[in-house]
This record gives sequence, structure tokens and C-alpha cells, in this order.
Amino acid sequence: MKIYDVAIIGGGVIGTSIARELSRYRLRIGLFEKEEELAFGVSKSNSGIIHPGTQNPDGLIKSRLCVQGNRLTKALAGELSIDLKEVGELVVAFNEEEGSRLIEIKKLGEALKVPGLKIVDKAWLKVHEPNLSDKAIAALYAPTAAIISPYRWVYDFSENAARNGAEIFTGTKVESILPTPPGFEVGTSKGVFRARYVINASGLYADEVSKLVGVNSFSIRPRKGEEFLLDKKEEHLTNHLLFPLPSKNSKGILVTRTSDGNPMIGPTAVDADDKEDLSTTQEGLEKVLEGARRLIPSINENDIIAYFAGLRPVAGDDFIIRHEAEVPGFINVAGIQSPGLTAAPAIALMVCGILKDHGLRLRKKLFFHKHRKKEIHLFAIPLEKTKSLIKKDPGYSDIVCRCEMVSAKEVREAIARGARTMDGIKFRTRAQAGRCHGGFCTTRIMKILSEETGMPLVKVTKRGKNSEIVKKDRSSDE
Amino acid sequence: MTNRDLVVVGGGPAGMAAAVTAAENGVKDILLIERDQYLGGLLNQCVHTGFGIEYFKEVLTGPEYADRFIKKVKSIPDIKVSLRSFVVRLEGDKTLTYLKPGGLHTVRPKALIMATGCREKTREMIHIPGMRPSGVFPAGLAQKLINIEGLLPGENVVIIGSGDIGLIMARRLTLEGASVKAIIEIQPQTRGLVRNIVQCVEDFDIPVYFNHKVLKIHGKDRVEKVSVARVDGQMKEMDGTRFDIECDTVLVSVGLIPENELIEMAGVAIDKKTNSPVSEEVNATSIPGIFVCGNSFKVYDLVDSVTRDSELAGRAAAEYIRNAR
Repeated sequence: MKIYDVAIIGGGVIGTSIARELSRYRLRIGLFEKEEELAFGVSKSNSGIIHPGTQNPDGLIKSRLCVQGNRLTKALAGELSIDLKEVGELVVAFNEEEGSRLIEIKKLGEALKVPGLKIVDKAWLKVHEPNLSDKAIAALYAPTAAIISPYRWVYDFSENAARNGAEIFTGTKVESILPTPPGFEVGTSKGVFRARYVINASGLYADEVSKLVGVNSFSIRPRKGEEFLLDKKEEHLTNHLLFPLPSKNSKGILVTRTSDGNPMIGPTAVDADDKEDLSTTQEGLEKVLEGARRLIPSINENDIIAYFAGLRPVAGDDFIIRHEAEVPGFINVAGIQSPGLTAAPAIALMVCGILKDHGLRLRKKLFFHKHRKKEIHLFAIPLEKTKSLIKKDPGYSDIVCRCEMVSAKEVREAIARGARTMDGIKFRTRAQAGRCHGGFCTTRIMKILSEETGMPLVKVTKRGKNSEIVKKDRSSDE
Repeated sequence: MTNRDLVVVGGGPAGMAAAVTAAENGVKDILLIERDQYLGGLLNQCVHTGFGIEYFKEVLTGPEYADRFIKKVKSIPDIKVSLRSFVVRLEGDKTLTYLKPGGLHTVRPKALIMATGCREKTREMIHIPGMRPSGVFPAGLAQKLINIEGLLPGENVVIIGSGDIGLIMARRLTLEGASVKAIIEIQPQTRGLVRNIVQCVEDFDIPVYFNHKVLKIHGKDRVEKVSVARVDGQMKEMDGTRFDIECDTVLVSVGLIPENELIEMAGVAIDKKTNSPVSEEVNATSIPGIFVCGNSFKVYDLVDSVTRDSELAGRAAAEYIRNAR
């Protein structure tokens, strides 16, 4: 039986950022993810915004962790070589009453030490955000807001954690956790492991995992958000991330963009019961268009190239990050909804502190690989650089996905770094993510995946078991 | 950087016809760029018959139709073909950069003919709500899977839209042993050719629901069913008409859009609604010397019309090059 100092349940941004932070120390770390790949749960449908820390209520854990996380994320982005764009955000006011709320939000933000906040007027907005609605009268400008790819962030954390010795198990569902002081026996779909400490970072299922050790103090209620992506041609629709004033349940319908340049509108915020219902709706689309057009009236429905829904794992208003005294060694990291992506590195530090307080010795490794080598995306580099890359490896000149300009080499690299499904390749490379949605490149990518892993074409899946792309292969029938 | 008289982008029926006609009209130095490893474009996956009736006065399959032009292209020494070549940049002065296994090349032609074809509208473009499981395919991708790769995409199929590719795929899937449960068309009549309705649907007893739309796709990992309802004149769901169809696959055949992102990059004016170039004359664009033909100019019903349109473009480009001297 494998023995770990720390078992982490959940391979989203929270689990992997904790794994990466812990991998500095002389510890045996195991991370267990039930899905076929990492980031396939809550993290995959995140907006990718690194929030400055303004729109969170006073006095909550998440408010403090968000501001700290914004700072830490930027430092880490350099170490882990991910593209992070500090675009800044505008919280937009449309009338006098909203204008005075901006001043309150600014004060709260300043009390939390959010840097650089300023109120900007209509004239400023005209110059700096020309497509913004004429009805906007002022905005709170927060320059530290940034964008990042949420799933690549998870892959970066996990790759670096693995480089530093953490063991990552995908397709491995935790089914039982038996306290056997000092420590636990963790029963999974791939066998039993022992661990001294267990960290529950299992997103939507954190309540169910917590129940495995008898801690029933919270439940996770999904809150659905639908998001709609626009064609990259509209990349310059806005200069900043645009927010309306927040409501109690959400930050409202935003106009943002992904780190790859697609404008994104949404999300909705609707409480749901089903943890697997990721369906989009006609009402959701109408609501999002209405909200987004309040900010940018020129948004064209025909520019929508993709949409998806995500579920926020809500457990009350705040995050739950605590050692459960009745089950020594068991730590819940639950209810991590917005701003969880931003807070992730701060949460990881907090969890390290909790582990230390409860007896885990954190001794630094003699050598910690702090940096991760940046992967290459042809769409992100100038053609001159592509030219020199091709000289080194002709695989870069063999284009697979023509909408997003992804080469066979990049697809093979993604597989080498752990992609095992069509979605996993899409998240890492953007192949199939453009306007034709894989109409032209699906077959080629399936073949590369099959060549690299040896899996037959009929076993290639969209996102894991039961999501096979094709039913039968007749190419080799006699 | 090399200079050429004429570059044609796209080695499907449009590009081949344009290149051949340009050569016949005296253009000497032609480069035909094709992204795939063979010429013929989408005709290669159209193994059914019905091609060439107007142009050749014969009934051919797609590959047969393509083959006639491939032979012509190969017989003309003035046409150089560059396969597996992928254009990554086009500038307003017609400078074109393309990747080809092993290198990145730049070429500047006197005239440029874009014959880049079209792509299918996706589920996302027409906003079909619901889950996003495996098993939702653009009809043309399903066609490629079956006819080129020998892979069967699904066994119980619902087809959304009655465009020609959808109709042809209804027959193709039936012949491959799959069960086509229904074709759902929001309009009161088909968008496809009458002959396809008769030969691909009626002859196989496949139910077509006109004035119906798919409200929702169900299924977590793989498609499980679709919810369908009748619509009124405003395309709104009519009360009490909703029903479900169990299926493991949904094909989307709701129309084609010209592929013009490259000329858009070069600054050519594009009609936002049709994605076609804005132009005064057939095949011309807002940049003199850049011509567009075939389905990238306008989506045609028949390849025969694509050929005729592209011959005009070949002639126009030849004339442009002559006058530019």
C-alpha cells in the first residue's frame, strides 16, 4: 500500500495549487482526481479572471484571500510561465445612486489594500473604453485585474508539482476515507492508499467527501453560470474587463475576455440542484445578451462561437477552509466559488499553515524546481519565431487546427504533458476551440492521440469514459 | 520571398477550375496552394453521385468529378501545386505566408485567387441549448468520418436541419446500418435539393419533421436524447407539442458559411451577415487583384456552378495580370 504524508482529493485549481505549494517540502504527496483529466470539474468553466479584490463583502475569509491571491498569482505566473494579462477592470455605474455605491466599494477595497483604485468619469471612459454604453456615467477602475487560462493554470500547477515529486492520479475516484489514527486509509477506484493528512478540495462534491469521515456541517449547492464566447475577430471589443455593480449572489453579467483573446459575456447565476446539469438554456442566452448589451450595446449575437455552463460550488457566503477537530488530520477546503481562482495560491499557503499547526513538519527540499518551462503556442508567437522553431522541429509546420493555428507538434506535446482526451487537448492547445468547432481537425487529432498513446480510435473520448467520439471502426474490417 | 504571376489558394473544385482557366488564358506562372495532402477538397468525401450533370453532362461521384480536374491541373506545366501548405498570413499587397512541412514560405503574386471554400454552421452558431456531450457532429464531419476514415459516428441518429449534407448523410448512415430516427427542420420546407429529399429520405422512410425545432440536447457524457417541439410562424415552441427522441448522435446540417478569414485579415471588405466579400462585380473584392471564387464567394448548391464561377475568376485574374503589365 502506498503511503503519503498528504492526500489531496480533487484536481482542480485548489487541489493542484495546494499540491504545488506542498511540493516545496520533503513530503510524499498524492493527488486524486475522479475525472479522466485534471481541471475537468469546476475549474474548466471558470471565467479566468484574476480579481483585484474589490467586490467582496467586508470581513470574509475570501475577501482577504482574494487580494493576497491577486498578488501571489502574478508572482507565480512568472515562475510557472503562464500568460497572464493585467488588463484592469471597470465597475460601471449608470446613475447617481450607483455612482455613490462605487465610492463605497472603493473604500472597502482600500481597507483591504487593493492597490491603484480610482473613480473615472465619463470623459475618461469615452477615451479608454470607446464601445462602452453612453449611459455609463462613471466607473471604478481597478488596474490589478488580470486574465489567465483557468485550465492551463491547473495544468501548470500540477506539472510543476509532479516535477517536484507529487504523484497525480487521474480517473481515480475516492470512495471511502477511514480514519485510522494517526492517519487515514483512502479507498479509491484504483486501490487503497494511506495518508497522514487528507485535504478535501473536491469542489461540487466536497460535502459528499466530507460525509465520508462523518463531517456533515455543510452542503454544497451548485449555482449555475452560463457563459458565451465571441469570435476572436472581436478581440478589441473592450480594453478592460467590464462589470456592472454587484448583486448579493454574483458579480453580475460581465463583458470580459479570455486570455486567448475571445471576448466572453456572462455568467448567469441561478441556484441549481443537479451537480451534473451543465446545460445551457435559451433564457440564459437572452439574459446574458441583455446584461452584456447594457455595458456594450454593439454586441452582435452572430459573433457567438461557443457557450458553456459551469457550476459554482456554493456553501454559504464564504469559503470553508478549516481543520475538522473531530477528525484530526482532515482538512476541508470547500465552497470555493468566486474568487476561488484568484485566491487559489493564498488558499494553498493557508492550508500549509493549517497543516503545520496540526503537527505536519514542513521541511524545505534541498532543491525545489520553482520554474516550469513554457509551452509553445504558435498563435501566441510572431511568425519569425515560428520560422526558427520549424528549423528545429518540422512538426511545427504541420498545422492541424486551422482556425486557431495549432500544429501537430503542439498536439503531441500536450499529450506528452498528460492530455488523454479531445477536451484535454483542446484546453491545452486550443485545437477545436475556434469557429469551426473541430469540423476540420477532429479526425486528425483523434489519429494523433491514437498514435501517441496506442489507444484505438474507438476508445478516443471527448472527456473520459462513456464519451467516445465514434461507435465503430470499419477501416480495418476485412 | 518569391514572386509569381498568380497564386490560387485552395485545391478544391473552385481553385482547380480557376487555375486551369487562368492557364488557358495565358497566365504562365501559377502556384496552387492546398492545405490537404491531395487535391479535390471536399469532393473527396462526397462518394455519392449527382455531380457533373450540368458541366460534364454525365453523372459522376465527387471523387470522379475531382479527378477530371486533378488530371487537367497535372497536365499543365505552368501550374505548380504545393500540397500540405497552410496559409497563415495574407497582407493587403497580396503577400502571402504559408507553412509547409519543413518551412515557412512567403510569396507575392500579381494576382491572387482565393478559393477557400466554406465551413459548416455549428450547433453553437444557432444556439441549440442543452448539454454538450460527445456525439454532436457537423454533418460534414460525420461524412468525413464515414467516407474517408471508415469510422461510424453513431448508431441512433437525429439530424437537425434538412440541408443537402444532412439529407445525404441520412441515406449514408442508413446504408451503414445506423438508424436515422428523424430529420428536424424548423422551416416549412426543405433547404436541400428535391432530388435529395426523394432519393435520400423518402426512399428510406426517414421521418422529416417540418416546422419543428430541437429545444434541448440531453446527455452527460454521450447524447441520450433530444427534446423537440412544433414551432409557430415566429419560430416559437407551440404549447403541448413537445416530445423526446432517444438517440446517441445528433448531426447538425443547418447551412454553410464562406470561409473568408484570410482576406478579412488582408483588409478586404466582408459582409458581416453572409461572410462573403463585398464586391461590385462577381468574384472581385475591394482590393484590386484579389479575386474570390466558388463557395468562398457564395455558397452554391452544385459543384457544377462552383466550376463555372471559378472559371470566370480565372479569366478575370488573367485579364488583370495582362493589364498590369
